[in-house]
Amino acid sequence: MATPVFEARNVTKVYRTGDVEVHALRGIDATLYEGELTVMLGPSGSGKSTFLNIIGGLDTATSGQVRFRDWDLTDASSRELTRFRRDHVGFVFQFYNLIPSLTARENVSLVTEISPRPMKPADALDMVDLGDRMDHFPAQLSGGEQQRVAIARAIAKQPEVLLCDEPTGALDSETGVTVLKALEHINAELDTSTAIITHNVGIQQMAHRVFSFLDGRIAETHVNDRRVAAESLHW
Amino acid sequence: MGALDRKVLRDFGRLWAQALAIALVMACGVASLVTFIGAARNLDETRAAYYERYRFGDIFASLKRAPANVAGKITAIDGVAAVEARVRDLVILDITGMREPASGMAISLPDFREPSVNRPFLRDGRLPHPGNPDEVAVTEAFAKAHGFSPGARFQAVLNGTKRTLTISGVVLSPEFIYALGPGDIMPDDKRFGILFFSQRALAGLLDLEGAFNDVSVRLLKGANEQAVLDALDRILEVYGGAGAIPRKDQQSHAFLDSELEQLRSIAGIIPPIFLAVSAFLINMILSRLIALEREQIGLFKAVGYSSTAVAAHYIKLVVAISALGIAGGFALGTWLGNGMFRLYGDFFHFPFLIFRTHADVYLIAAAVSLLAGVAGGLNAVWKTVRLAPAVAMRPPSPTVYRKLAPERLGLLKPFSRLTVMGLRHLMRHPVRSGLTALGTSFAVGLLVISMFFADITNALTAWLYDQHQRQSATLIFSEEQGPGALQAVRRLPGVLDAEPMRSVSALLRHAHHERRMSLTAATPDAQLVRVVDDAGRPVFISKTGLTLTERAAAILEARRGDLIDVQLLQGKRRSARLPVAEIVPSYFGYAVFMHADALDRLAGEGPRIGGANLMVDAHQVDALYAAIKQTPQIGSLTLQDASRAKFDETLEQNIVIATTVYVMLAVIVAFGVVYNAARIQLSERARELASLRVLGFTEREVYSVLLAELGAIVMIAQPLGWLIGLGLCWLVVNGFDSDLFRMPFVIEADTFAIASLVTLAAVAVSCIIIWQRILNLDLIRVLKTRE
Repeated sequence: MATPVFEARNVTKVYRTGDVEVHALRGIDATLYEGELTVMLGPSGSGKSTFLNIIGGLDTATSGQVRFRDWDLTDASSRELTRFRRDHVGFVFQFYNLIPSLTARENVSLVTEISPRPMKPADALDMVDLGDRMDHFPAQLSGGEQQRVAIARAIAKQPEVLLCDEPTGALDSETGVTVLKALEHINAELDTSTAIITHNVGIQQMAHRVFSFLDGRIAETHVNDRRVAAESLHW
Repeated sequence: MGALDRKVLRDFGRLWAQALAIALVMACGVASLVTFIGAARNLDETRAAYYERYRFGDIFASLKRAPANVAGKITAIDGVAAVEARVRDLVILDITGMREPASGMAISLPDFREPSVNRPFLRDGRLPHPGNPDEVAVTEAFAKAHGFSPGARFQAVLNGTKRTLTISGVVLSPEFIYALGPGDIMPDDKRFGILFFSQRALAGLLDLEGAFNDVSVRLLKGANEQAVLDALDRILEVYGGAGAIPRKDQQSHAFLDSELEQLRSIAGIIPPIFLAVSAFLINMILSRLIALEREQIGLFKAVGYSSTAVAAHYIKLVVAISALGIAGGFALGTWLGNGMFRLYGDFFHFPFLIFRTHADVYLIAAAVSLLAGVAGGLNAVWKTVRLAPAVAMRPPSPTVYRKLAPERLGLLKPFSRLTVMGLRHLMRHPVRSGLTALGTSFAVGLLVISMFFADITNALTAWLYDQHQRQSATLIFSEEQGPGALQAVRRLPGVLDAEPMRSVSALLRHAHHERRMSLTAATPDAQLVRVVDDAGRPVFISKTGLTLTERAAAILEARRGDLIDVQLLQGKRRSARLPVAEIVPSYFGYAVFMHADALDRLAGEGPRIGGANLMVDAHQVDALYAAIKQTPQIGSLTLQDASRAKFDETLEQNIVIATTVYVMLAVIVAFGVVYNAARIQLSERARELASLRVLGFTEREVYSVLLAELGAIVMIAQPLGWLIGLGLCWLVVNGFDSDLFRMPFVIEADTFAIASLVTLAAVAVSCIIIWQRILNLDLIRVLKTRE
């Protein structure tokens, strides 16, 4: 049996805006395992992003417990969460979130400069096949290239977990596959536990494990007996 | 209210902090306009009304002695409306409780009628009774300084006799709105007062029965002033006339004129700074707002709003901000203007103050500020509003960054990626960054100018009292004396040293310029009063030529080597044509120096002295004062130390007020500019900064990105601000330049340092507020939105 990385027990999240309460998570129990590629599926508003933000230390749960290895994230302070993100987590977002005033290499070295055991920025960019575009500014790169820079940036610190929120959401199918291949490669090569949020059902085939979210709950957990390579995916 | 107008209100509500910062800057501009122009107008109108009601003279002349019937001849001059022939003299006063002697100007008032020129305003009591030679009415400031009211007594030495005078009344006079004692450079109401006697009494006391030695003239409307001056000079020539002067050269009037001039020049310097800065700030926040609402603008146009309608929508926001600024400026300006005018009321002596609210000043201030605001806004609006709806609804093309020149040379290697980010962003918007630096530098400049006043004062006092006039006291004789008088002065108790002084009134002509000036005798080996250059080094005094101060040279448009026609206006009234031997700096008035021997030769009366400059033993001043109070030949005494103390005190008060106001203004500018710049940066870069936070950078590290950019701007602003400060000081020095007073252009290094430190403090405050915003950065929301 693989070692758990994240364990979530009865996690809820309630957002309050004025008198209105929005229950984003209604009691999530989930475990993510080391080295696994997990896909979280579900329609908009089903709670998958909220869950990802909570395990990634971007947000805190209203109740329940979240553990990262032996570390209880439930009541961590803002400073501890910053430390957690800095040392252990890599993020990839739908809209890349690159720093426009830094080149691809600089965007990556931004992270390597503050990491305890980083890889070389050039190596990280090589892994996503961008070795020849390193000195370009984000505005000079295509969407797929920008997303791959974002992935390189996320993995350059050799994080234990890589959390991706709709990494292909803003990309066409062909470019999306390139990005997924990069994620697959990293998961296999570096053994980085990876979680990918998507509402694209096709992507679940490349996962070890699939969580289907519905109305703030995990409606179904599914383990793939046979995974499909990213390059064979299309949508 | 339409939907778009409701949006204006909501935008305003959302941007309230920035809107308020801008409105504050604008309010300062409006307030300074209203204050300075309003105060100048009120002062001008009060003075005009006072002059009119109390028949202030148009022409003034003093003479040795003329029989009373000469007044009739003066009345007959074409253009003369009224003539008042009077008796006047400087007298020494001995006031109980005051160690040092005070000086008074004794002036006669006609018996049994009101004067037809220069009527006093009776504040308290009554005018002196013609039958009582020991009754006087004194000026209000003098009475107040001593706590005198009608019935109070003091002693005066009149024509060699010490008399006890009783105050019959307290008055004000249009001639002495600003009353300066002999030799003083600041009014000192304790040591100098005006005493009004009845004509008969004073003429008796001064042995001038049936005669006069001073005349004031009022002109008919449209009279030829110069012709009357010339005619008056011709009539008075045989009676020892010292040359008639027009109103513009009358001391009290000239001082008020120079004050008004200063107010007007400040009104031309300060408000434009604020209005320019507020226009820039409006441009900055509106540009950002419009960038954020680009797609909305596309939508407005897509649904059929015209470009003008959309532009008008944003301009309404500008109008709302301006309205807030203008309203605040009105309130602040009215309050400050009131306060300032009241200060003037204390400093100058008016019987009444006419405080009017000048609607046109307010209107102009409002219009100018609104225009500045709209000008700042239009430029921001128009760029986007012009776009086709389809283009506007698409996000703008991403900003293209470049590596900086110093980076290519490897100069930025030691800096972290975060700093490089800040610097590249800065250089990506060079115009905005430049304007932000410029705005901040105005704050530095304003601070430089505020402390510049203190620097000037220090430089002036040092120059005046340590280099130019080093005597501890100056005695002026009632009449010029032979050189033997100096020996008598030296024998007075406590006198360590005495040097002769003489000053002769003369008419100087060069080319088509003509001006009455005083020729002051200078001795090359003088140790007390020396003719010195800017640096305080004694200047060589030519035995044959004139040494002009820069101001005198400017008035006569004379340069070194030019020949000046000099006609003495007293004694034998001899003339000569003399070369300009040297031109020296001077900050007070327009003196002309002449070698003492040469002046004696020119006057042709043998060696004469008009008084003496003294070095006094501080331990024996009481004995000296007592002796002076008993010496009939002494017309007045100027105490340099007291004069210096008064000068320091008056200026210090003014400087403290001015500095406080300027520091407040500068802090508002610095805060307004930096706070807005930081908010805009924060808005533009929220996504970047949130990304950094997500990547694991701490709040402090993320903050450093903003600080790198702000820091660079603020650093650039410092030297720029010093330059602007220099420029503003230069404008002020020029604006304040008058015949009475010229400022030296001296700025201490400290001034620059303190200006920068205060600016940095204001910057620090805005940075602290921004820090709060960094702490509250909503990471998830920012990352979920498309740029």
